Parts: sequence; C-alpha cells; structure tokens
Amino acid sequence: MNKFIKLTATALLCLHAALAHAAIDPALLAPLAGDDPDARIEAVGKIAALANDDAYKVLSALKNDTLYATPDGKVLIVDGANALDPATGATAPAPEGIDNITVNNRLRGVVEASMAGLKLFSQDRDERLRAARELQKGADAAQAPLIVKALAAEQDPEIRPLLEKAAATANLQSPDPAIRRGAVQALASSSNASLVPVLRGMVDKGVDGSYSEPDETVRAAAAATLQKLERRLALTEIVGNLFYGVSLGSVLLLAALGLAITFGLMGIINMAHGELLMIGAYATYVCQLMFRKYFPEALDAYLLVALPAAFLASALVGIVLERTVIRWLYGRPLETLLATWGISLILMQAVRSIFGAQNVEVANPSWMSGGITVLGSLVLSWNRIVIIFFSLVVVAAVWLILNKTRLGLFVRAVTQNRRMADCAGVSTGRVDMMTFGLGSGIAGLGGVALSQLGNVGPDLGQNYIVDSFMVVVLGGVGQLAGTVIAAFGLGEINKFLEPFSGAVLAKIAILVFIIIFIQKRPQGLFALKGRSVE
Amino acid sequence: MKTTLFTRPAWAGIIVCAALLALLPVLNLSFPASHPLHVSSYMVALVGKFMCYAMAALALDLVWGYTGILSLGHGVFFALGGYAHGMYLMRAIGREGVYQSDLPDFMVFLDWKTYPWFWSMTDNFWYSMLLVVAVPGVLAFVFGYFAFRSRIKGVYFSIITQAMTFAFMLLFFRNNTGFGGNNGFTDFKRIVGHTITAPSTKAALYLITLAMLLGALLLCRWIVRSKLGRVLQAVRDSESRLMFIGYNPLWFKLFVWTLSAVLCGIAGALYVPQVGIINPSEMSPANSIEMVIWAAVGGRGTLLGPIIGAFSVNGLKSWFTGAFPDLWLYALGLMFILVTLFMPQGILGLAAKLRRQKEAA
Repeated sequence: MNKFIKLTATALLCLHAALAHAAIDPALLAPLAGDDPDARIEAVGKIAALANDDAYKVLSALKNDTLYATPDGKVLIVDGANALDPATGATAPAPEGIDNITVNNRLRGVVEASMAGLKLFSQDRDERLRAARELQKGADAAQAPLIVKALAAEQDPEIRPLLEKAAATANLQSPDPAIRRGAVQALASSSNASLVPVLRGMVDKGVDGSYSEPDETVRAAAAATLQKLERRLALTEIVGNLFYGVSLGSVLLLAALGLAITFGLMGIINMAHGELLMIGAYATYVCQLMFRKYFPEALDAYLLVALPAAFLASALVGIVLERTVIRWLYGRPLETLLATWGISLILMQAVRSIFGAQNVEVANPSWMSGGITVLGSLVLSWNRIVIIFFSLVVVAAVWLILNKTRLGLFVRAVTQNRRMADCAGVSTGRVDMMTFGLGSGIAGLGGVALSQLGNVGPDLGQNYIVDSFMVVVLGGVGQLAGTVIAAFGLGEINKFLEPFSGAVLAKIAILVFIIIFIQKRPQGLFALKGRSVE
Repeated sequence: MKTTLFTRPAWAGIIVCAALLALLPVLNLSFPASHPLHVSSYMVALVGKFMCYAMAALALDLVWGYTGILSLGHGVFFALGGYAHGMYLMRAIGREGVYQSDLPDFMVFLDWKTYPWFWSMTDNFWYSMLLVVAVPGVLAFVFGYFAFRSRIKGVYFSIITQAMTFAFMLLFFRNNTGFGGNNGFTDFKRIVGHTITAPSTKAALYLITLAMLLGALLLCRWIVRSKLGRVLQAVRDSESRLMFIGYNPLWFKLFVWTLSAVLCGIAGALYVPQVGIINPSEMSPANSIEMVIWAAVGGRGTLLGPIIGAFSVNGLKSWFTGAFPDLWLYALGLMFILVTLFMPQGILGLAAKLRRQKEAA
C-alpha cells in the first residue's frame, strides 16, 4: 500500500513539475490536528489550494490514515519508523506519543474531492477535462480557492466554462452576498440536476419560517436561475424520453418486421421468430470472433460482414423450417403455433449446446461507442442512433422488395389470391419459401441490431417474441406502415410511462392497453377492408 | 344422440388406474423401506404432482379440445390458484419464519408493518379455498367477456392469453406486488393443523388430489355429453353457422372458459402444498404452452387423452432430466413437431386408428 502511495506521489511529482516546490505553512496544518470539524475541512481546502506536491502528500496521508499529530499540535506524515514534517520538509525518526488523526466520512469525502481537484493542474488535457467534469457535478465551498486558482491558469476553451460553473457551485456557500449572487447568476446556463435542491433551499423558507438565504437580491437571482434550470431539465427529460422511446421503437420494429412478413402477409404463427433473432445475434458474435482471430486490424468493420452473414444464416434456417415443417401445416394456425414452438425449443437448446448457456460478449465497434452530448447533460449514444437509422433503412428495403420487385409482386399475388396466382403460373410453393426466407432473414438483421444493445444469450429471442406479436397485431396484420407506427408508438408510450410507474408496470400497462385496444379494433390500427378480412 | 365417449374398456381402465393410484400412498405408509412392495415417498410426491398437471390438462382440453379455444395462458390460472392457497399456507407458518415475525419473511424484508388489504382473512382456510376458486374464475370471466364479446378467436386469442400470462409473470416478479417477488412462497410448515412434511399429510393430500381429478373428469364428461357440450363442439366446428342458427356463442364460451380456469386454479391449489413452493416462473409463457402439449400428446377432445398425456410427458420429463438433462428440450421440441405433424389426434387417436385398421383387416 505504502509503495503504491509513493508511486502515485512520484507520478504526481512528474505531472506537477511546473509547480513550485514549497513547504506548507504550519498555521494551515495546525487545524488538522484539532477537534473542530469545520476548521479541519477548511484547512483541507486551503492545503489543496496550494496545489503542490507537499499538499498532495499531506492529503493522501490523511486519506490513508498515515497522518499523525504530536501532543503539541505538530502534524507528521509517518512512514514506518520515519516521520516527515510537511512544515519543514525534514525527515526524522518518528517521536514517541503521537496520535493518528482520525478521519470521519465527511472529512474523507472532502479529502477525496480535493485530491481529485488537484488533478485540475495536470498537464494532460484529458485528465484536466475529466477532473473539471467531475467537479462540476458537485463542488464544496472548501474547494473554491483551488478551483479559482485552476481557473486562472486554465486556457482550454472547453475546460474553462466547466471550471467557471464548478467555481460558481462552490461559491454558493460563500459568506459574501455579492459572491453568492454572482455565483447564482453564473449558474443560469447550467443543466446540473443536483443544483435544484441547493437553489430551492436558497429560495424557500426553512422549517422555522425564516429564509436560509438572508440576502433578498441573492434570493431573487436564485429564483430566476432555478426557473431556468428547471425548464432546461424538463426539456432535457422530454428530449431524453423521446430519444429513448424512438430507440426502443426501432428495436421493436427490427424485431417485429420479419414477423410482419411471415405472420402479417403469410399468416404463419411463427413462435420460433425470436430464435431467428437470436441466430442473427450469434452470427454477429461468430463474425466478431473471426475478425478478432484473422483480421484484428479491421475489427471495426466486422458489422459490415455480420449483416449479410446474419441475414443468410437466419434466412437459411427459416427456409429449412418452412420446407420441412411449416408447409405441411398451412391453414392450421394453431398447429403451426405448437410446431414452431417446438422448433424454438430445439433451436435454443442447440445454441446452448454449441455456444454454452452463458451470455456471449459482443462489443460495439469503436465507431459505434460513445455518444454525442446535447443540452449540456444528455448523452445520446452512437449505437442507438445508428440502430434507429438502420431500422429505417431496413423498412425502406422491405417496402421496395414488396412493391418494386418481381418477388414482391408474386408475394402480394399469393397473399391476395393463392389459387388465382397458382393458375396464372406463379410457383406458389417457391414464393412461400422465398417469402418466409425473407422474413426470417430480416429477423436475422434485427438480431445484429439487438446484439449491439444488449446481452446475447440463448434466451434472447424469448424476451422479444411477445413484444413482436403485440407490435404486429396492434399495427394491423399485413400492414407495413401499421407495424412501423405501432413499434415507434409503443416505444414512446413505454418510455414516457416509465418515470411514473417503473419499467415493469409500464410494460404491464402496455400489454393491458393492447388487450383493450384489440377489443375496440380487432383488426389493428390499419384494418384491411373488404373480402380479405375473414 | 348421445356419444358413448368412454367405451366399456375405457371405464374399466379408469377404475383400475384409479385403484392403482390410490394404492400408492397406502403402500408407502404400510411397508418399511426395505420391503419389495414399498413405494418411495419421492414416487408418491411425483405422481401427486402429475395428477395436478393432469387436472390442468383436462381443464385445457375442455376449452381447446371441445370448444376450439387454444389458451396459452392457463399457467396463470394454475399459478393464481396456487398463490391463493399459498397465502393461507404462508400465514399458517405463524412465527416460525426466519425473523420470527407475524408477517411472512419477505414482508419483514421489505420492512412492511402490516398485511396489505388483499391478504386480509387469508389466515382462514375456507376463505383461501374460496379465493382459489374465485380469483382465477373472476379473472377468466372478465378477460373472456371482453375477448369473446369482440369475437377475438383463433390465434389472436392465443397470443393475447400469452401476453396476459407474460404480464402477470412480470407483475408477480416485482417484490412490491406483495407475493414474495421471484422467490414466491415456500417453507410451508402446516396445513389445517397438520405438519405439511408428515407422510400422513402427504398421503391425504395425494388422495384428495386423486379424488378431485376423478371428480373433474366426471364433471367434464357430464358437460361434454350434455346439450351444452354439443353447442360447445358446434362453436369449435363452425361458430358462424351456430350464430346463423340463432345461438349467441358468447355465454357458452364464457361459461366453459371460466369453468376451465377454475379447474386449473384448483389444480394449482392442490399442487402447491405437495410441491412446497410457488413462484412466478409458473406463469412463464413456456409453462402454459407445455400444458398444451400434454393435451396434444394424449389426444385432445377425448378428456382421457390429456390425462394420459400429462402423465406420459411428465414421466418422460422426469426420466430425461435425470438421465440426459441436456437432451430434454430437444425431446420436448421434437414432441411438439412430431405430434402436430404426424399424430394430430394424439395417443388415443392413434390407438383408435390402429383399432379401426385391425377391424377392417
């Protein structure tokens, strides 16, 4: 442990090479040995504000319980048998009768924050940026001098505003009303939710009926800032919900789109649809393994290979299923349901036998990790953004295939009037096979997307099968547009319900809603009209 | 015209099987473990469990085999019956839980001070028996009323029932729902004053289950042979024609659907004290759909078939999960596929077909 401290101290020494080396004023150190908790916290802040190596040594000693006090109030850093006096920088054998300085949780928190604050002086820009972000989340009054000092030295245009906000947050507790007012005004552009209770405390009356903030102008400024902050936070929440709702909708859409073809157009209840998603996800996993092994330098491109691979794998499985099992059961939906459930059990167990029952790890390629920050604090992750666009591309592709290609023409013909299509020379069996393969392949594409968002395991498909059927039934069987609207609609409703009811109750509410909705419109949002209904 | 439904040999088979089943706990109690006629307690518990499953399969046959309504949500009725009885069993533990509180352990763990309103009076055995019937019954009635009124049928109905059981499973998995979260109810101590683990209590529960199963079988037989039963089969075969004749299928369907749910709830209530645990995984969609395969394997629309199916599928499952645990899901999956493709009438249908062929030859 001690060795580790030495190492970090040495590392910091290098980082802080620019800082002047100076011993610490004994007057600053003395309160540390005392009993007054507020004085000790203030002392920690002042020591940290020195921002030099000795300060760091004292703070880390305090944190690691190696700081001792002599009976006459001198503070020593004890390392084994030797003791370093930070006031002089001299090392001597540790004297008799010294006491360990106890650190309570409050003081420890301040010490840790101050040590993080010292990183503001690092020469590494990224480290300074991280430290500034950390401090902006919550800065103590004791850290104000440190932040002000860092602000004076800081040149970076990205770090400066962060530090200004951190300084303002710390200055909220300043005894000077003018500084407090300035701090409150400086925070008007912040979007930090943890400031709300602080500002609210300044604006509202306390339990005894008096204001905790004595200065009226500061109160008014705080009220204005609070209003702006709350409005910005509400906006952030709405935008966040919208985004996550669209994201969930895109996932539902990708999961349900294949089903919209196999169930919606062909009328096949495929309970193994979830397992086709799973196969797509595992195909992605296998592609990733291959790239890791054979082309590690092009690992980021594995998704481009995974997409066709997953499509083909799922489509192939789908075609085999259709030819061997499902085609014997056309016109007997309940039997199809049972047989495909059996298929799903076999597929799940097969994956367990091959890849093991544990979840496998599929990593985002580097260009999909991270995200963009909007409105100050809301992070929209790249993988979700990419998947939203991907889902739209897939929908467009399906629409084109169904409406602009020869296969699509045949599919629609067979759906509308199988016998007539047969008479006109369409090979209906072959069209069935191709359509089912298409639907299954699209499920495979959905699996690629799911692998980028969540766990990939043998049970992956089970989590989506009920949802997928709900989307297709709600959207109206055989209606591509209905499926799209139902997916995004359900995604949005789900995300806007979640804050009120929790994730599980939101899901239950949606299932209840769908059950009630189907009472009113048994044919879904977009009902087919005319003869094809029955 | 009345169909015979059970032929003379079938009656004989029922009586012989019932007598043999009744003999099992007697053999378990009256012979020492070393005696060749001794039947192990494990075996008695296993068969007791199968009889509960058989009752659920019978209930499913009433709606699927005779009325053509495929439910993928009967697990929820089974589990609700089990939970309703489990509430009584939890309160019968008294202060012998880990925390020695009047409340069940999971409530102490949640820091609840009193029972929620829906637990009131559940310390009364007969009230809990009423709940066993009422809770699945009312749920089925309300759900069925809305579904049948808007004429949801076929696969749509099946999918909605699956969504229902899925929703209930999620609900019961929450700790705050007040039913023990994912651990459910377990560690029961006694039932109406008898220690629940005592061999005599187990034997009594077993015999009650057997009697209930036989009673349910006779009740179902009476229903499907009555005029009501004929209407139900007409619903299955051609609902539109039945409506043209002037019947309103709603109340017929609703009656049989609710009755089936109640039977299933009773089966669940008998299941819980014998198995000693009830948790939300009983409500998983997979469990409900497994019930369907029991009925399908035995032969739907025969009443006896589902019982045979429940025994044979579960017997096979016990054997497989002991001998080849990895292969059971393959076997179950294959069973689903082969039965639907090659023997849609199940074991009994296959037997009848073979008999006809023999007679023709």
